[in-house]
Formats: sequence, C-alpha cells, structure tokens
Amino acid sequence: MTMPDGTSRKTFIRTGAQTRELVEASLGARRRRELRFRLYGILAIFASVAFVVFFGYTIVKAGYPAFSQTFIQLEIGFDPAVVDPDGKRERQSLAGANYKKLVTESLLAIFPEVTDRRAKRALNGLVSSGVVYELRDMVLADPDLIGTSRKIWLPVDDEIDSYFKAASGAAQDAAAGRFKSEELEWIKRLQSQGLLELRFNRIFFTAGDSRDPEMAGILAAAKGSFFMLLVTMLLAFPAGVAAAIYLEEFAPKNRWIDLIEVNINNLAAVPSIIFGLLGLAFFINFLEMPRSAPLVGGLVLALMTLPTIIIASRSAIKAVPPSIRDAALGLGASRVQTVTHHVLPLALPGMLTGAILGMARALGETAPLLMIGMVAFVVDIPQTPLDPSTALPVQIYLWADSPERAFVERTSAAIIVLMLFLLLMNAAAVWLRNRFERRW
Amino acid sequence: MDGEKVSQQLETVGSPIIADPLITVRDCNVFYGDTHAIRNVTLDIGRNEVISLIGPSGCGKSTFLRCLNRMNDTIDSARVTGEICLDKQDIYDRKVDPVLLRARVGMVFQKPNPFPKSIYENVAYGPRIHGLARSRAELDDIVFSSLDRAGLYGEVKNRMDEPGTALSGGQQQRLCIARTIAVNPEVILMDEPCSALDPIATAKIEDLMEELSENFSIAIVTHSMQQAARVSQRTAYFHLGYLVEVGDTKTVFTNPLHRLTEDYVTGRIG
Repeated sequence: MTMPDGTSRKTFIRTGAQTRELVEASLGARRRRELRFRLYGILAIFASVAFVVFFGYTIVKAGYPAFSQTFIQLEIGFDPAVVDPDGKRERQSLAGANYKKLVTESLLAIFPEVTDRRAKRALNGLVSSGVVYELRDMVLADPDLIGTSRKIWLPVDDEIDSYFKAASGAAQDAAAGRFKSEELEWIKRLQSQGLLELRFNRIFFTAGDSRDPEMAGILAAAKGSFFMLLVTMLLAFPAGVAAAIYLEEFAPKNRWIDLIEVNINNLAAVPSIIFGLLGLAFFINFLEMPRSAPLVGGLVLALMTLPTIIIASRSAIKAVPPSIRDAALGLGASRVQTVTHHVLPLALPGMLTGAILGMARALGETAPLLMIGMVAFVVDIPQTPLDPSTALPVQIYLWADSPERAFVERTSAAIIVLMLFLLLMNAAAVWLRNRFERRW
Repeated sequence: MDGEKVSQQLETVGSPIIADPLITVRDCNVFYGDTHAIRNVTLDIGRNEVISLIGPSGCGKSTFLRCLNRMNDTIDSARVTGEICLDKQDIYDRKVDPVLLRARVGMVFQKPNPFPKSIYENVAYGPRIHGLARSRAELDDIVFSSLDRAGLYGEVKNRMDEPGTALSGGQQQRLCIARTIAVNPEVILMDEPCSALDPIATAKIEDLMEELSENFSIAIVTHSMQQAARVSQRTAYFHLGYLVEVGDTKTVFTNPLHRLTEDYVTGRIG
C-alpha cells in the first residue's frame, strides 16, 4: 500500500490464530518480568523496614534506661545551725548555706563507722553533687522546713546509677569494677536496707544541661527547639504561601520570574550550614542580634525552610483544577477573590503538609545552629526566644561528645524525644491533610 | 447546484450584522503567541436570541466565545484585537472592569465545574460577591428561584447542604447554570454544555435554554448539529479561525450558502 508520504509498504495482516500464538509465546517472559519487578519492590520495602526496626530497637534499648534513675532515700535534718545560722531566714544566706553538710551528716547516720576525711569524701561521692541545689531549692521554696527532718529521695552519682541499673552478670561486674571495695560494700549495704530505688527520672524532663549526667535534662533544649520552630513557622509559612500564590497566580511569565523560580529551587538544595553562615553574618554581626538565641535560630531556619514551603505550596496550588478558577472568574470574582475563596482553601492541606515536613527538617537541623552559637552549654531553661538556648539535635551532639558513661543512655533518650517530636509533627501533617482535604 | 455555492472566499457570507444587536463584534482577531486563532470575525448577537457556534474541532469557536467575557485575559499569551461592544460599550476598553463585564456576561463551561461547597453555597456565591442580596431572606430567594429556573430545585430542595460535587453530571451542569443565572446576567455563554452529558440530561438542558432565552441572550458552542438545530434561531459556522457563514439556523442547515458549510453540515468534514 502507499503511505501518506508516498513510500510503499507491504500490506501486513496476520490471521487471528497466528496473532494469538505470538502473544502467548511472549506471555511467559512478561509474567516473569512482572514477578521479578514485584520481588525487587518487596525487597526494597523489606530492607527499609528492617533498617527502621533495627534503628528504633537500638535507640530505644540504649535510651530507655535514662527515663529512670537510681535514687537514695536519706533522712535529711534541716539543721538550723547549718542552713540558717543567723536565724533571720534571709534568702541570700539560705541560698549560700552549706547543704553538703546536711547530706554528709545523714550519710554518716547510716554509716557511723566512717570517720576519716578521705573516706567521708568518698561517702559523699555516693550522692550526686547536684543534690545540694535540690536541697537549696526546697528550703527556698519552703523555709519552714528548717528545723525539721524529712525522708527525701535524692539522685545518686551516675556511676552507682549504672551499677544499679545493670541488674546482674557481666555488665554489673564491669560496673562494679569501677568502685573501690569499701564503696562497693556501702552500695551493697544501702541496697540490702532498701534505701536505693529506681524511680522515674523527672530530672531528665525538667532540668537544663549539666556536667553531671544524673542532673542533666533536656527541657532547656526542648524549649529552645520549640521557640525556634515557633519563630520559623510564624515567618516561613505566611511568607512562603504568599510567595507561592504570587508566583502561581499573579506573576507575569517573563525572564525575571523564571530566574526567581530557578533560584528558589536552588536555594532548597543549599547546604544548611551556609544558611548558618548567613545568619552569623547578617543577623548577629550586622543586625547585632543576641548570640545563641532561638530568635536568630528561628530566623535562620525560616530562611532555610522557605524554599521548601514555596515549592510545596506551588505544587499544591498547581493541583487545584483550573476549572475551579474558570468557574469563579466566569461568575465575576476578581483574581484575589478567586484565590482567597477557592484556590487557597483547596490548596491549604497540601501547603500545610509541605510546611510541616519542612519544619520537621528544621527541627532536626544542627549545622546552621553551630554557626550562630546555639551550641552553648545552657543550664538555665530559656523563658523567651531571646534567652540563650540550645536545641534538641545540638544537645544530642553535645552529650554524644561527653566522656561520662551515663551520657550514652541520655543521648539515646534525647534522640527518642526528638523522634517523638518528629512523629508528632508528621502525624499532625497527616491529620491536617485528612481534615481539610476536599474532593472535587 | 454546486455552481451557486461560494467555495473559495473566506469572507463571511450570510447575515452577520442584524438590527438592534446586544453584542457587536467587529474585525476581531485573536492570537495565541504566534498562532492566529480567530481571523477578522464580524458578528452580531441579538437580544433574547440563541445563537449556536458550530464548526470542526480547533476552528476557534470556543476562543471566540471566551472573548465575549474576556476569559481569554487569563491566558498570558492571548491577544485580542478589533472591537467587541456590549450595549455599544467596548468591553476591551481600559475603563471596563472585567469583573463587572463577567457579571453581565455569564458563562457555563464544557465540564460541569461546581465549587467543592454545598449546593446552596454554589448558587449563593455569585450574588454574595456582587452584593446582590441585602438580607439572608433575599439571598434565599435568589438561590431558590435560580435553582427553580434551572429546573433543579425539586431534585435538591432537601439536600441544600450536600456538596455540589455529589450531584450527577447533568445535575451538576444545571447547578452551574443556576449559579450563572443567580447573578442575573444579560448574556449567557455556553461552551459545549452538554458534551459530557447523556441524552436525557441533554434534553433537560436544551428545554432549559429555550425557557432562559425569554430573558437572556445565549451563545452556545456545540458539536451536535441536531442540538444547534433544536435550540438556536441563528447559527454561525467557523472554519480554521474564519467565520464562514452566519444565518438563520434553518437556512444554514438546509440551504447553506458556502461550500464549506455544506460539507460540514452534511458530514463530509468535521
């Protein structure tokens, strides 16, 4: 036959039986290929699930002991002669009193045979050095304690904590090896008297960082992260959505807009430490904002998250069917009305999902925070976004760097807390999407 | 017979210009970038008349329709020249706000496109943004009477709060028509309003158009020549961007002046 372009071809027609035969011959290979493809998929899923399970297992296994802490029950006599020698109950003198002596005395009441100074100091080492602050805070909160005697559970030193948690076997022997024989003797005696007990580690959730693992907590870091994300969300979400709406709905299609688009896409791929450098140069050195403040961290993370939010918001806007815009415009809605009444409500779930995923990435970001001084050792819990603070991932980094054995479990525990934060945010993203999603 | 037909020229034959028109189009050209989509079209649309625009796919009839309420403004590359007047006012004049124009010239689209909102809200949206109702009762009146005029009220009166998208295709299209007439426009443009509907829904909409033509001018783009013959008084045949022939629907279908029109209506092209 003659083709439209003038060349001629042989007319090629098979019978039904021939066609069926040929198709059947090719079926086996096609089925095998499909099976193979499915198998690869299952293997890939299996491998990733296995990694996640392994990761979760090791982290939880290493981290869950940190949620409990060994406490020692001591009968503390708040001796007025020690706590309040002047008898005036002035805050300053109460705060400066020698609480260590109270602990020593109550320990000596349990071990009356200890007399020499060296042994006394070793005995004192059983209890965390942070307990003096705890006793001080108790007295400051309730000065009527002075003159009374209370049974109080106080955290023990981290080495004893490790020994007590390692229930038996080789791990306990290893932990025991770090004590002198008399110390081990004391511990065993306290244990047999039931004065040592594993209790919920509230310090971990209520304290800031500390050099003593048993007194270290993540609240300062968690609040720092919270303030930072707050600043990031408040800045990046409105700015990102506004930019996306302008670019999608209003911007003329010209070379400048193309250039801006390319740059936004590139910014999304810029290494985060560069944003940290920018924050250091601009916010801290030029605008002279405070160092180590969650405000600056939030600003930097907002800049980092902005491109992600713009890109996600733009694709959410693009996914709104053009027929909805036509319908609104055809009725005489202005462009702004079309966007705010129809496009935005339909695109919002996608925008929120993108924003929350961007925020989740910001939450886990460490590198830019190192540049703006949020890597500091922060004991006080920040009260505002301007107070010096650190962030969860930075806290993990700091603890992972610490030599004390007890920080190992706390590092993992902090990772668990961070993961819970992330899970919570992702769950919120899913919930928001399902809540606001509409079919059209 | 062939000798009588105009066969080569692409200037409009028939009667594009009528007495007392509502819309006048003079020498209209539309470009999409470098593509010349509409070429020198001159056409009048009368008051309370139904005019069908027919022609093969890609002939520019939808583009022409979208010029009449400036929906082509939303396409960046589109450029319109010539003069289009509604009641002697040039609609492409700088002083004309497309928002007001589109309130006067409503549009029904090919695919039913109700908002993903309740049936009530779909119809109430237009009156609401234009401030046509002074009270809730007045808005109710507008919504219910518009649904009634679109022949939908009986079917949806107990489900006003259900989403408009949950209706069947034909009902959705009538909802879109109700939404359009709720703004009380002077002209309704329909871009293949029945192409996604079954014959029963199509028949309902055709009946509706006849009733609506008592109050509105209607311009309808359609691929169905039977539909054009049933609903319209005048018919315009477009070919490759040219308006080839305009005339009484009956004349165009039974005794067209132009060879191309004859080929199309007898099914030889298109």
